[in-house]
Amino acid sequence: MDIFITPFTSNTFMMQALIAGIFVSIACAVAGTFVILRGMAFIGDALAHGVLPGIALAYLLGFPGILGAALGAVFMIGGVTLITQRSRLSSDTAIGLLFVGMLALGVVIISRSNSFSGDLTKILFGEIMGIGIPDILIQLAATLVIGVTAFICARPFLLLSFDPEQAQVAGFSSKLYHNIMLFMIAATIIVSFQTVGTLLVFGLLIAPAGAGALLARRIRGMMAWATAFGALSVYAGLLLSYYFDLATGASIILVTTVIFFIVFIIQNVRSRRLNAFAGAQHE
Amino acid sequence: MNDTIRTSTDSPVASASASVLSICAQAKGLTVGYPNEAIVKGIDFVLPQGQAMALIGTNGSGKTTLLKTSVGLLKPLDGELSVFGTHPGGSARRIAYLGQFHNAGFILPLRAVDVVRMGRFPLHGLVGSMNEEDNEMVHSAMRTMGVEKLANTPLRFLSGGQQQRFYLAQVLAHQADLLVMDEPTSGLDAGGRNLYLQAMNDELCRGASIIVATHDIQEEATLCQQVMLLARRVVAFGPPHQVLNSETLLETFGIIIGKGQKRPAVLEREHHHETEPLDQAKRKTRRFWPR
Repeated sequence: MDIFITPFTSNTFMMQALIAGIFVSIACAVAGTFVILRGMAFIGDALAHGVLPGIALAYLLGFPGILGAALGAVFMIGGVTLITQRSRLSSDTAIGLLFVGMLALGVVIISRSNSFSGDLTKILFGEIMGIGIPDILIQLAATLVIGVTAFICARPFLLLSFDPEQAQVAGFSSKLYHNIMLFMIAATIIVSFQTVGTLLVFGLLIAPAGAGALLARRIRGMMAWATAFGALSVYAGLLLSYYFDLATGASIILVTTVIFFIVFIIQNVRSRRLNAFAGAQHE
Repeated sequence: MNDTIRTSTDSPVASASASVLSICAQAKGLTVGYPNEAIVKGIDFVLPQGQAMALIGTNGSGKTTLLKTSVGLLKPLDGELSVFGTHPGGSARRIAYLGQFHNAGFILPLRAVDVVRMGRFPLHGLVGSMNEEDNEMVHSAMRTMGVEKLANTPLRFLSGGQQQRFYLAQVLAHQADLLVMDEPTSGLDAGGRNLYLQAMNDELCRGASIIVATHDIQEEATLCQQVMLLARRVVAFGPPHQVLNSETLLETFGIIIGKGQKRPAVLEREHHHETEPLDQAKRKTRRFWPR
């Protein structure tokens, strides 16, 4: 059993990576649940990639990457809202346009800097092994804010997921709470990119919550499953990376994707058996 | 035929009754529609508290647009509309709304009872806690719609008709002063329709008002004191026995009622308003980004 524990107890960087990963898993579980329920996977993906130029600019100008990511997210959300409101184009067209535009801008900024190759890998794939105490504290604070936001806004978020018009009629402004939800998702991406990188954070956002959606009967249950799957992915991904010298962020995302497909297959087999049983009873 | 046939608001009896009863909703010269497209112009009505009004017409006739305007989802394009003496959407606690489309069904991990509990949210706001009275209202509403035994079943396991019963239970659980419903009996079987009619009757006896959009003339004629026939304009408005006649129905639906026929027979006649405008149909598709 030692092989499952020792890497974390004997290496501070592994323990810090695990703690940071668990905080990220909680934040991603909460935000990811609403990404799935509201069908916002595309904007989630676009946000995760659209923050790239902000981070690149931050590194170039020497201010914290997290601030740059926040700027990128605000620009992205503002742009999508503007295009959706001021034109006949649907939101997914606006999201797609800004998605590729921001990604291209990020690459252009990076290509202008010669000393950037290390930073680019860091941005795209994260550097969970280099996480320090200040980063963990920021992630803890962000996770708390995200959790409290979801708790306070549970009713309007549920109504929005059920029927945005009903949320509006019930006295909860669908625009306001949609934007709060978006900023919650953006905040999750911003604080998570250091752990698994902008390319992979989207996986941690939707795969555990997606597996949770297949199993849960209530939204709270879905979040609990998503947290458990996310934390398990971080733990297993770190171990795999430690023993087999694999890229950590990618290992975590691979594990979480595998977990999703295992749950998916089990659920399908179970429902087929149940259907067969019901059919036999009927005959 | 092109003029609106008014029978209620113009009559002295209706005016007198409206002045005695408190007014739930009132429209004067109202135009409803979307920013670049007026759907129905010149709507006038007074709905006293404790009465029901049916909006009847074909697809695309403006029923849903008027309903959405009355709950504040769409802004009136012209004229006046007040609900409980304020602008539409200004008294969320007093209005229960049942739309036609829900994202719910197959995605949300919800038990059926959770859907009914949503009906109590407007009374408690963001963080107000639910109490025993709320639970009683929720269970009473499910009993009324005959679905209490299915309360803990995941919503996605229920048939369309069973889900519709829970959506109606949600409306009942609110104990609202105004119920606004868009085709509430769609998907219901005969038993469900009877329960619905009984429940609405009880709501009216409790003093609630109802605005309901429907295709079913006979069902709502037994329930509603007022009927508005719509065909992208107000064809007729007034009590059912005055409004529902061959002339107005022909104008609204292109139907005639022959001798010995219990149900109206639909004429094979093309209506320019039977096809929804592209814009309107597009808006009904799932859209998560509010405009």
